[in-house]
Amino acid sequence: MNILINGKSHPLTSAKNLSDIVSAFCRESKHVITELNGTIVPSDQWKQTSLKDGDALELVTFVGGG
Amino acid sequence: MTDTPLVIAGKSFTSRFLLGTGKFKNKQDLSDSIIAGKSEIVTVALRRIDLERHEENILEYIPPHVTLLTNTSGARNAQEAVRIARLAKASGCGNWVKIEVINDSKYLLPDNQETIKATEILAAEGFVVLPYISPDLYTARALVKAGAATVMPLGSFIGSNQGLKTKEFIQVLINEIDLPIVVDAGIGAPSQAAEAMEMGAAAVLANTAVATAQNPAMLAHAFALAVEAGRMAYLSGLPLKHSIANASSPLTGFLYDNAPSN
Repeated sequence: MNILINGKSHPLTSAKNLSDIVSAFCRESKHVITELNGTIVPSDQWKQTSLKDGDALELVTFVGGG
Repeated sequence: MTDTPLVIAGKSFTSRFLLGTGKFKNKQDLSDSIIAGKSEIVTVALRRIDLERHEENILEYIPPHVTLLTNTSGARNAQEAVRIARLAKASGCGNWVKIEVINDSKYLLPDNQETIKATEILAAEGFVVLPYISPDLYTARALVKAGAATVMPLGSFIGSNQGLKTKEFIQVLINEIDLPIVVDAGIGAPSQAAEAMEMGAAAVLANTAVATAQNPAMLAHAFALAVEAGRMAYLSGLPLKHSIANASSPLTGFLYDNAPSN
């Protein structure tokens, strides 16, 4: 299956939960915020949140800004 | 000097110098500048994680006692600003948000109408909302009604270092709005920050000037001193300007009785 992460398509070989995805794609999960198909998913729900083909996931974090 | 703390949404701050965290060449400079500038509120932004490059997170370089103020930069309308604010809150890093709605890429001027809309929504959700605006009395009044915690008028264009081009309009807000007025954007030198504080601004926010200085921490320190000096001058009851001379020495002649004839 394919999911869209930050606007780019990524193939996933097996069904994974959101926690696995964050671990695979982010250096550390500490300040990562996730939005799945437009809905914010709090980090305590990552493990219970499974992904399906065509899902759109946003992984965002803090950067410098004025 | 006896001064009351800066109070925003019930939280007290000793420092009246807010620092932005954009454009720093390296994160150690940022960390040093926060300390040297004694800033207790710093702004950050939210962006998509770059999955190709693993960068260190900026939050690791911000001391834990500092209040984080997430800006909604990148938002082009109220809806996008609300989305960014909710994402920031989901991080668990607090609910303080600087509303910044910009849809003009040349002047980067804030959209006051959309900012009011976003403030209404987010204040109702319990966010501490610090809206960034072009200084305008009606907008500021609407923001008070909407539940804003401060009003943040721009001094001049973002990153322009031009200082208080909007001085008279900011003064109107200071005189008329019963919320802390935090002067934001365009503050390029400590003298400009002092000027804003002398007018009665509650605080000043700087970013570009500090971040792009050769020695950011030294300039942050200079800003902190200037903000403090300007605040002290304001509290002292700064005398009015006069259009003619007003002698500061006795006007009798040195050895003779007559004052100068002109």
